[in-house]
Amino acid sequence: MPINYFLILSAFLFCAGAYGVLARRNSVLVLMSVELMLNAVNINLIAFSAQAQDVAGQVFALFVITIAAAEVGIGLAIVLLIYRNLRSPDLDRVEQLKG
Amino acid sequence: MLDNVWIIPLIPAVSYLLILFFGKRMPKKGAEIGIAALGAAFVLACITVMQWIDRVEAAVSKEGGAATGLGALGRSVVAAATGAPEVEPVVRGFTWWENGPAKFEIGARVDGLVVMMLVVVTLISLLVHVYSTAYMHEDRRFTHYYAALSLFSASMLFMVISANLLQLMVGWELVGLCSFMLIGHWWEEKPNSNAALKAFLTTRTGDVGLMTGIIIVFFAAGSFDISVVNEYALSPEVNHGLMMWASVALMFGIMGKSGQFFLHTWLPDAMAGPTPVSALIHAATMVVAGVFLGARVYPVFWEGFSIGGGGLNMMAVVGGVTIIVGAALAFVQNDIKKVLAYSTVSQLGYMVMALGVGAWLGAVFHLFTHAFFKACLFLGAGSISHSATHHSFDMREMGGLRKPMPVTFWTFIVGTIALAGIFPFAGFWSKDEILATADQGDFRIFLVVGLIGAAMTAAYMTRCVYLTFFGQYRGHHHPHESTPAITVPLVILAVLSVVAGLLQSAPFEIKKFQEWFEQVGGLPKEMIIPEFDYGLAAISVSLATIVVGVAAFFVFRREEHGALKGLTQRNRVAHAGYRFLERKYYLDDLYEGVIVAGVKGPIARGSNWINQYVIDGVVNAVGRGSARAGRWAYEVFDQEVVDGAVNDIGRETVLAGGGMSKLQSGRLQRYALFLLASVGVIGLAVYIVNVA
Repeated sequence: MPINYFLILSAFLFCAGAYGVLARRNSVLVLMSVELMLNAVNINLIAFSAQAQDVAGQVFALFVITIAAAEVGIGLAIVLLIYRNLRSPDLDRVEQLKG
Repeated sequence: MLDNVWIIPLIPAVSYLLILFFGKRMPKKGAEIGIAALGAAFVLACITVMQWIDRVEAAVSKEGGAATGLGALGRSVVAAATGAPEVEPVVRGFTWWENGPAKFEIGARVDGLVVMMLVVVTLISLLVHVYSTAYMHEDRRFTHYYAALSLFSASMLFMVISANLLQLMVGWELVGLCSFMLIGHWWEEKPNSNAALKAFLTTRTGDVGLMTGIIIVFFAAGSFDISVVNEYALSPEVNHGLMMWASVALMFGIMGKSGQFFLHTWLPDAMAGPTPVSALIHAATMVVAGVFLGARVYPVFWEGFSIGGGGLNMMAVVGGVTIIVGAALAFVQNDIKKVLAYSTVSQLGYMVMALGVGAWLGAVFHLFTHAFFKACLFLGAGSISHSATHHSFDMREMGGLRKPMPVTFWTFIVGTIALAGIFPFAGFWSKDEILATADQGDFRIFLVVGLIGAAMTAAYMTRCVYLTFFGQYRGHHHPHESTPAITVPLVILAVLSVVAGLLQSAPFEIKKFQEWFEQVGGLPKEMIIPEFDYGLAAISVSLATIVVGVAAFFVFRREEHGALKGLTQRNRVAHAGYRFLERKYYLDDLYEGVIVAGVKGPIARGSNWINQYVIDGVVNAVGRGSARAGRWAYEVFDQEVVDGAVNDIGRETVLAGGGMSKLQSGRLQRYALFLLASVGVIGLAVYIVNVA
């Protein structure tokens, strides 16, 4: 299978993720979009790894998955705190750090 | 045990954690854990030293066997007998970090110096642990005290066995931290916490030198490993200039830690801690760390200060000055612990001077004997304050304690005689070793300094003993003998103060200390091992004895007629001298008044202070001049140039910041947009540069 298919899929996922991060207002959805972007990268890594016959890419993908899990843990904790403090998951209302 | 010596510091370290977490629930509040741990460590240290001695003896007998074999063949036996066989140190370790050619290791090293220190540290620490059960009875933070004591011993042992300088520095700093914790044990009173801070900050000043020295040594020798460093310093291709700077820098570390003149001021203040801690600090841990460092990398100093060549060098001069300075200060103290503290300063001066004049063995031997009699004296002073004067150390409240406290009295006398260096007690042998080396190694001036110091030591200790134990009791309590937990350690230490010196007593043909403990794998070959000098020994003994007599006479007279006191008040010169000593050479005033106040307050206050206290005329003019210069600088330079520039920069920054602050919207998604956009721009730029 040509590698371009994977790259296009991954680019699509990445763009969807980026759109979600930039445009969604719900913080949970933003977090999910970040996951989409990470997984787009994973697809890239594995595709290239398969093409180059080198497991290093897959190892990297495993690392990304691990770290993404940790990141979700922290991210959800932050979302929870945002919700507790503001009574809404809306990211637009989180602007206390305005300069 | 030689291979697994790391267990010894591990035991008190574990005990520290156990006491911290479970101590309060134990029936004895954690003391039993500490004592058991130190007991185990002491037993293991003894096993280690036995095995080390076996190793040395085996090497000697092998050499001896070979020599007799040769003798049978008709060759000379004498040549083989004089050259002691080299016993390799046992080093074990692993690399915890490797970066290119630089390897960082952690490991345990066993050689003569290390086994000697192991025994001394664990023994003194064990006795202090036992002693503290009575002394610290019902203290507010009894459990924490024991935890800190364990950690203190663990750090010192960790430092002692370290196989490389980096590890040594870690142990060194841990020891400093623990002494801070223990000196400030009763931190509710401001002077105590101040004393702890002073000890910490002063030693830290010296530590800058230590770190610099270690870095220089690393770049010169290419390794932190003690064997490699020592080998490098003794090899012909050594860089003398680098070694000199390294020695000077390391010397600052020693001065801070071992209380050498002019960084010695923290040591007497450290008396604010509990007395057993003082004993531990002064005898086995903390202050001997400096001397230990000097002995550990001795070839560096040997090369750096050209000790083999005789004459003057920084190490010997610092030590010599410290002997006299410390001994002189001990005369005017009324606090018995302060007398002992200044005496420690003076004795540490001996050790450093010994290193400086090439008497490696003398320094280490004096460290060994000093540990016993100084611990004995300190614990004796603690016993007095515990049972006779209700936690006061003022000798004006003591007197006549000979009768009610016989054990304390006799052990204190033994310690005093050992400290004064009177035959055949421990101090005599070690001092004699130092003085004989100074004499035979072309360091005559330091021989004189050492003799004067010995005489002064005898004199101030006589004064101290007299004021404490003779005459009439001047306090308001009911003195009685202390409990066995206090007296038993005293007796053990007193016995050791008598016999420890016999390990190296030349007239009896005993040189065990040298044979066992000088095997450290790499000492300068040119080092002089002095012959026992009967004349010199006689001089130092008789000097000490005469001075004891004269001092006793004077103190006695002073007690009866107040004659000496009258002298310092009648005679202006004598009075000035007394004031000078009483104010500790104004060094503390200099440090606190000028340096500290100069840092935190305006310079004008500093100059005003100097004005009043030091030399009126000269400094007056300087102070006024500097005040005027300061005002001019303030008006013209400070206000116009500096402030103007600062204000302008500030204004511009505010303006720029106002513009930039619009970017700081606080909105997460706006930031994400900037991030993505910048990545896009950078990507585009890279694409254009590389492809187009």
